[in-house]
Amino acid sequence: MWGSGATRGFGSSSEAASRPKQPMILAEHLTKTFGDLVAVRDVREGEIFAFLGPNGAGKTTTIKMLTTLLRPTSGTIAVDGLDPVAHPNEVRKRFGIVFQDPSLDEELTAYENLELHAALFKVHQPARGARIEMLLKLFGLWDRRADRVKTFSGGMRRRLEIARGFLHTPKILFLDEPTIGLDPQTRNQLWTQVRTLNETERVTVFLTTHYMEEADRVAHRIAIIDHGRIVAQGSPAELKRQTGADTLEQAFLALTGNAIREEETGPADQMRQMVRMWRGRR
Amino acid sequence: MYVIYMLWLRQLKRYVRSRSRIVAALGQPVLYLVALGFGFGPVFRKAGEGDYIQFLTPGVVGMTVLFTAVFSGIELIWDRQFGFLKETLVAPVPRLIIMLGRTLGGATVAVAQGLLVLVICFAVGFRLPGPGAIAWASLYMTLIALMFTAFGTALASVLADFQGFQLVMNFLVMPIFFLSGALFPLADAPKALATVALLDPLAYGVDGLRHAVAGASYFGPLTDLAVLVGSSAALLALGSYLFSRIEL
Repeated sequence: MWGSGATRGFGSSSEAASRPKQPMILAEHLTKTFGDLVAVRDVREGEIFAFLGPNGAGKTTTIKMLTTLLRPTSGTIAVDGLDPVAHPNEVRKRFGIVFQDPSLDEELTAYENLELHAALFKVHQPARGARIEMLLKLFGLWDRRADRVKTFSGGMRRRLEIARGFLHTPKILFLDEPTIGLDPQTRNQLWTQVRTLNETERVTVFLTTHYMEEADRVAHRIAIIDHGRIVAQGSPAELKRQTGADTLEQAFLALTGNAIREEETGPADQMRQMVRMWRGRR
Repeated sequence: MYVIYMLWLRQLKRYVRSRSRIVAALGQPVLYLVALGFGFGPVFRKAGEGDYIQFLTPGVVGMTVLFTAVFSGIELIWDRQFGFLKETLVAPVPRLIIMLGRTLGGATVAVAQGLLVLVICFAVGFRLPGPGAIAWASLYMTLIALMFTAFGTALASVLADFQGFQLVMNFLVMPIFFLSGALFPLADAPKALATVALLDPLAYGVDGLRHAVAGASYFGPLTDLAVLVGSSAALLALGSYLFSRIEL
């Protein structure tokens, strides 16, 4: 647990010397009224950081606070050294995000969705066209660029959203359960593409997932959150060693217990549920 | 500016692509025109009020613009549920710009739909006094459209889902329409009704439209314009404020 933030915090001289880079994300003593959150600690630049935890642990809430969608009740956050509450637009320029729920305009084509994103994030011509083409080709959607998103499968939509997240060359990309409901082939391919871009463009990736083997394979470092608190943090190998487990899944269960968490739903969740049902019927 | 343009364009593309929506939105005005226009026409004439289609057209056009605009604004709820709203809210663009792009797009759609209904009115016998009337009518339609798109946006910013939507339709939008004098002359209405109409911004919109296409006005065109500009500005401000406070 990381409550002793002051002593372990970024800036204490011994740590700063051993870690020259400024952390990409720093969050301390973060809380949101519906629960206590002491969230992520120093995500390093250029790494793939997995943020794991059972349902209701506070993953999505943390991401919403990091990405300016929610104001924390208290605590401090720095994304690339900037406070999202004080400088929302500066922070927004620096990150890309793929939300847990779809966020594409289904009436627009794949290309139009990216074009609109480019406008919102001020990616101008001539760079825009080349960038969109590169990403659509990388994610295997170039041939379908003129088709409306409502004709796309779940996997194609997800790929398009991830491509969109990379479009404005962010310094950090948030992926909130990006592979939920996708088949192993698509998941495998997605992570390969994310890793490629992480390496070639030095994008820091901050991801959440319930698939432990994905985190094991992709992430450089992992934090496990439970009841709003970080219960363990380290490389996948370190976490396994710490708990004496063979797999990350076992390590995860050892750290967070076997009890099933019930999430409370609000009207927005019920609506989403309805939307999913309609989709399924089509 | 480019962002506003792209968001405006998005609303237009969505409108043009959902043909079923265009057709469905024409159904109600046509029904009013045919059932009321032809049904009440003879009575209206006997009462010495002249041609009812001529009187009814500005009302039906105003109604079309009202409904399309409110729906365009309320569409925000849809965007929130389907997630596209999040995409715009994490963009490094002030919320005001996003709200303006959406509202201008929604208002353009509402005016287009209003013009479409005006064309249908021609088919059932409506006649314009001159070509300049179209320009005036478009001005009034634009003001009605801006006002009520902003109104819809304001409502959608407060409502979390569609549960409250029916309530809004029955207790806000329908009264705004029926009490506006779109279907009957306010001049002959009982005092209570005419007083309520004074508080209804659509009444001034319909009255302005009527002045533009038929030459008759109840409030006077200057009052119409002043009230419409004032309430559009107020609702745009309110909509922007409420939109800027949305949290997900």
